[in-house]
Amino acid sequence: MNSLPDTPFETSASLDLRADFPALHQEINGRPLVYLDSAASAQQPQTVIDAVSRYQSHDHANVHRGVHTLSHRATDAYESARDRIRAFINAAKRSEIVFTKGTTESINLVAQSFARPRLEPGDRIVVTHMEHHANIVPWQLVCEQTGAELVVTPIDERGQLDLETLDEQLDERVAMLAVGHVSNALGTINPVAEICRLAHEREIPVLVDGAQGVPHASVDVAAIGCDFYAFSGHKMFGPTGTGVLYGREALLEDMPPYQGGGDMILEVRFDGTVYNELPYKFEAGTPNISGFVGLGAAVDYLETIGMQRIARHEQALLGTLTKRLGDIPGVRLIGTAAHKASVQSFVVEDIHPHDLGTLVDQQGVAIRTGHHCAMPVMQYFDVPGTARASLALYNDEDDIDRLIAALDRAIRMFQ
Amino acid sequence: MKAAPSSGDLPQGEHELYREVILDHARNPRNFGTLENPTHTVDGINPLCGDRLTLYVDIDGERLDAVRFDGHGCAISLASASLLTVAVQGQTVEDALELRENVLRLLEQGIDYLGPATPQHTALAALAGVRGFPSRIKCATLVWQALGQALKRRDAGPTPTVTTE
Repeated sequence: MNSLPDTPFETSASLDLRADFPALHQEINGRPLVYLDSAASAQQPQTVIDAVSRYQSHDHANVHRGVHTLSHRATDAYESARDRIRAFINAAKRSEIVFTKGTTESINLVAQSFARPRLEPGDRIVVTHMEHHANIVPWQLVCEQTGAELVVTPIDERGQLDLETLDEQLDERVAMLAVGHVSNALGTINPVAEICRLAHEREIPVLVDGAQGVPHASVDVAAIGCDFYAFSGHKMFGPTGTGVLYGREALLEDMPPYQGGGDMILEVRFDGTVYNELPYKFEAGTPNISGFVGLGAAVDYLETIGMQRIARHEQALLGTLTKRLGDIPGVRLIGTAAHKASVQSFVVEDIHPHDLGTLVDQQGVAIRTGHHCAMPVMQYFDVPGTARASLALYNDEDDIDRLIAALDRAIRMFQ
Repeated sequence: MKAAPSSGDLPQGEHELYREVILDHARNPRNFGTLENPTHTVDGINPLCGDRLTLYVDIDGERLDAVRFDGHGCAISLASASLLTVAVQGQTVEDALELRENVLRLLEQGIDYLGPATPQHTALAALAGVRGFPSRIKCATLVWQALGQALKRRDAGPTPTVTTE
C-alpha cells in the first residue's frame, strides 16, 4: 500500500474520532461497546448518516431521467459521488468508475463480462490461497462455464504470498489473475503493484480485490497499475449495498453489458439495442442513489482526516494488539506477515472461536469468529475458524485493553 | 454484609449459557469416538462456523444399542452431542425420537418438558441456557437434527449430511 509508513509501529498522530460515530456510543450487555469488527462492516460517521438523511428528506427522485428539479438534484448528488471516488483512488476518468452493489458484484461483473468471452478450454485463471470466497467462487463459476482451469498461488505459514511460485505460474496459459489487496482473514498486504508488473510483462490482466484495502490506506489505482480494482462502500464507513468497480476504459469499452435494463441503453428497438456509454453500460436499473450519496460523504470524511494519518494510527494500534494478544498463554496468532493492515486473527488453545466470541460479547466487545468467508485459509492453518479483531480509525488503546481483559476472563472460565 | 457469592464475579448471561453441566460435557465429552460397524452414520455440519460432527448409531431391532460421536465444534455443540449420547443410548427408537422432539421444542420454542424425570433428562435441561443466545441455538440443535436423520431411516446404510441451514 502506497502510504504505509516505513516504521510500521510508530506511535505518533493517534486519532480520537469516536465522537463522530453514534453507533459506538451505546452499551452492550451492560458495558460500553468496543467494536472490533470493522473488517466485516465499518460503522458510519454522523456526516454519512446526515448526508443520506438529507438526500432522502429533500432531494430524492430517480437519476438520469426527469427534467424536474428533484431529478436534477438526485443526479447531481449521485454523480458527484462518482467524481469524488474517482479522485479518491486516482482513476484517470469518471467513465472508469462503475457503481455496483458491492465488491462481490464487481468481481462477478468482471468474471462474466470480461473473462468469460475471452476464455477457452485449457486457459488458466490464477487466484491466491488467501482470497475471500468472493474472489474465488466467481472464477470457479466462469471456469465451469468455459472449461478454463483455476490455479491457486500458495501462501506461507506467516500468511504471505509465495511470489516465486506466482512468477512461475504466470505462463502463457494464464488469461486472468485475481488477487486481494489485503487479506480479510490474515491482514496481509500483498505487493499488488509488483504483482501487476509481473503479470503485465506477460500481458495477463489483473483484478485486485480491494475490499480490505480502501479503509486502511490511500489507494492509487494508477500507481498499482491494475486493470480492475473492486471495493465496497460499507467497509469504508459508507452504507451497505454500495460497491465500486474501477476498470481501465479500453477494457470496459470492449466488454458486453453485465445486466440488461433501464439506464444502460441509448436506444431500445426489437431489431437491436444500442448500449449506453461508460460507465452507465454497466449500471442497469435504478441504482442505490442514497447509498452512493452516503459513500460520497464517507470519502469526504476520510479525506478530511487523511489516509496517511489513518494508516499511522492503525499501524500503531496493530503493534499493540499483536503484542498483547501474543503475550496471552495459549494464544496462537494466525497471520503474521511482515506487511499487514490492522486485522489480527487468532485462536486460543482449547476454546472454540464461537465460545470466545460469545464470551467477549458478554463483556461488550464485538469480534468476528468463524471462517471469515475464507475457508481455504482455515484449511491451510488447519483450524475450523478463528477469532478476529479488526481495528479501524475510531479504535484506540482502551479498546485493546477491554479486549484483552475480556479474553483473560473467557480463558479463566474455560480452565 | 453478605460475602459476595463466588459466581458473582461473572455476569449472569455467561453462567446461563455455560452451565457447569455444559462445561463438564464439553471438556470431557462422553461416548466420543467411532463405532466399528454402525448401522447408521450421519454428518452434521454448521456452515456458519464450520463445525462438523459425525454421529454413529448402532440399532439392533428397535433399540439404540450404541451411540458415539466425533468431530469438532464449540462447547455448546460438543456438550449437546455428549448429552445426547448419554440420553438415548439403550432407548427404543420411538422413545429417542420423542426425546428429540422435546429437546428441539425446549431449544426452539422454550417448552420446558423433556419427559419423565431421569438424571439424563435433568442434565439435558441445562441446554435451556442457550435460549438467551439466539446465534448459538443452532450449535445445540445440530446433533439432534443428525439423530433425526439417522432414526427416520430404519434401513441401514449411509444417510445424507444434515446442516443447520
